[in-house]
Amino acid sequence: MAASVDIAVIWAFIIAFAVFVYVVMDGFDLGLGILFSLFPNKADRDVIMNSVAPVWDGNETWLVLGGGGMMAAFPLAYAVLMPALYTPMIAMLIGLIFRGVAFEFRWRTTQSGRNRWDLAFAGGSLLAALAQGIALGAILQGIHVEGRHYAGGWWDWLTPFSILTGLALVIGYALLGATWLVLKTEGELRDKAYHLSWFLLFAMLAAIGAVSIATPFLHVQYAQRWFTWPNVILTAPVPIAVAAVAVMLLRSLASKQDYRPFFLSLALFALSYAGLGISMWPYIVPQSITIWQAASPENSQLFMLVGVAVLVPLILGYTAWAYWVFRGKVRPEGGYH
Amino acid sequence: MFEGWDAAVLARAQFAFTMSFHIVFPAFTIGLASYLAVLEALWLWTGREVFINLFNYWLKIFAVTFGMGVVSGIVMSYQFGTNWSAFADKTGPVIGPLMAYEVLTAFFLEAGFLGVMLFGLERVGHRLHFLATSMVAVGTLFSAFWILSANSWMQTPAGYAVNADGQFVAADWLEVIFNPSFPYRLVHMVLAAYLTTALVVGAVGAFHLWRDQHLPGPRVMFSMAMWMATLVAPIQILAGDQHGLNTLEHQPTKIMAMEGHYESHKNGAPLILFGLPDQAAGEVKYALEIPKLGSLILKHSLDAPMAGLDTVPRENWPPVPITFWSFRVMVGLGLLMLALGLFSLWNRWRGTLYQSRLLHMFAMAMGPAGFLAVIAGWITTETGRQPFTVYGLLRTVESASPLGAPAVASSLTAFVIVYFAVFSAGVIYILRLMALPPLHGEQGPRGDIPARAAGITPAAGAAAKGAV
Repeated sequence: MAASVDIAVIWAFIIAFAVFVYVVMDGFDLGLGILFSLFPNKADRDVIMNSVAPVWDGNETWLVLGGGGMMAAFPLAYAVLMPALYTPMIAMLIGLIFRGVAFEFRWRTTQSGRNRWDLAFAGGSLLAALAQGIALGAILQGIHVEGRHYAGGWWDWLTPFSILTGLALVIGYALLGATWLVLKTEGELRDKAYHLSWFLLFAMLAAIGAVSIATPFLHVQYAQRWFTWPNVILTAPVPIAVAAVAVMLLRSLASKQDYRPFFLSLALFALSYAGLGISMWPYIVPQSITIWQAASPENSQLFMLVGVAVLVPLILGYTAWAYWVFRGKVRPEGGYH
Repeated sequence: MFEGWDAAVLARAQFAFTMSFHIVFPAFTIGLASYLAVLEALWLWTGREVFINLFNYWLKIFAVTFGMGVVSGIVMSYQFGTNWSAFADKTGPVIGPLMAYEVLTAFFLEAGFLGVMLFGLERVGHRLHFLATSMVAVGTLFSAFWILSANSWMQTPAGYAVNADGQFVAADWLEVIFNPSFPYRLVHMVLAAYLTTALVVGAVGAFHLWRDQHLPGPRVMFSMAMWMATLVAPIQILAGDQHGLNTLEHQPTKIMAMEGHYESHKNGAPLILFGLPDQAAGEVKYALEIPKLGSLILKHSLDAPMAGLDTVPRENWPPVPITFWSFRVMVGLGLLMLALGLFSLWNRWRGTLYQSRLLHMFAMAMGPAGFLAVIAGWITTETGRQPFTVYGLLRTVESASPLGAPAVASSLTAFVIVYFAVFSAGVIYILRLMALPPLHGEQGPRGDIPARAAGITPAAGAAAKGAV
């Protein structure tokens, strides 16, 4: 039994890792879609699209690993969460369809057709980001479970809190997108991205603050987790680190060091994500199903763990190589040449 | 739009609809990725320009198709949770890991190397680029391996136990992965993907030869495609026959549905060629049949007895009319593919491969035949497994999510609208790409675009870049 406890924890971290990698990687390319309508110039749009065209598909694969891995390692959680989040999930999938096909479709059509697919890219990205944020809020606020089934209604996910988390994630992704543009572009496009990053950073800090204030009111357990002694020793560093990273990010924006804002924005996401983990642990469906209750039998988790141990380092290796091949600034003419 | 349908039926309709769209893309990209790897290898080996032109030509089509495959595939992977949560809970410990391995070994490999394959030729050099193309091709085959293993386990479950929570758990992973129908299904599906691609490539080649017999690109692609059809179509028919015998052993009711055998036959069953299966009456009306041939094909003996659906409780009957007809569509198309292969071989022998109008017309007409056969084959195997999701063990009605019909009807409506809007646009773009012949100096997915948009030739674009 001890072994199975350990392996369930390992798997919780693997799924959390996959979801985090998804959030930061697809986050910046969804963010580009969210910001897309602010860049009406066709040359700018071509550069923005080409800055992620070689990697977007890999970014989105982490979402499939998060979902597929959860079905394999925590089937009960997957079976309860997906029907509970039915509408946001369907909305997310439809958003991802529109934005995903736009990457190639917009190059294969006329001017008016391209405008349509640009709109699909922007709208699909916004819809997917909003739906993911709403899903996160819906999970945090708790889900009505009976036996091994979701027992709530079709609209339980929709609350002021879930709308707040939805907007917060849209802002966060937009910040990642803006700082990615700072990293990958030059000239006026980069200047505009700097400008947007300032505004989005303050919006992001406000969103983090609002979600952090609202969360402890959802459940008394969340408040106890964060504010009771001795938990505070472990939890207090998180907001302090958020403040420190925010200051560094402000300074990097002021001193125009192109590569730093993106990585500091990732750090901001990592800290917010750690805060989320602190609130949820050890539940996978907050306040009703723990990771041990949801875990697959040990032999299923072990069978996959072998694959993960061997393949994930390989995947990270060749993914890093793909990013390396397409490193540097994207120039308007000629895409990748 | 769907009043009066219950949630489980709507969920089935949604799965059937999204699956029928999705299967088309991988069926094409599995074959096309291998074809691209072959074209690039031939280019590197021979140095002939026609191969890199064809490579870049099909690469653009691959890029559009692959994008649609990815987004429609993400829908499939989440649908197990949204619409089939009871199934996900019960089978997750067994088929979840198979799908996780598909993501780890296949999806990441394809996605990781796709960017380099599409846009990286000039950045990484020829050898590394060929490696990237090969990795994408291998990735598509790994993907087929795992997802067909998962599907086959649902058809012919093996190596499992049931735990206290009512979940299937693995007792022996090798038995789970290499369950009885898996090798047959894998071979049958991969061959189907190769045939589908060959028929598309052949139709595009024929289309351009129709207008100009001397174009080098269309000649090469047409010849390659017709070799593929000639060689693979007969192998596929043999593989399909073996798959059918395996099904007879492990899923006899599916064979009864495919054959329209409502009644048992003690002294040799007929082969029903055509007829109208009447599920309520339990008989095939207006049957046109050849006596004893059914037993000969399935049991290799004229007088072998064959059990019919009258030996199976009615609540376990698959829907015979759909299974019966989709099977005939698949087989009919397979025979036409065989005919095309033989006809091309005859023309090749006579030296009229690039001249025969009749052959080119036949090849063009057969362009979509692979897709239709794949969809018909999937309908046959999936409806023939009903009323179970895990054959004989878990009923379809017990697999669905606890959702109300309005929720499922809304999402189904949304998917129908979005799929038709998005994927029909994609098909139009692909057809537009196919309508142009591969040219001298053919460019890859982005190479031609900035130049075309700026109204200058690629050479001038390159010169301008050199100046910068």
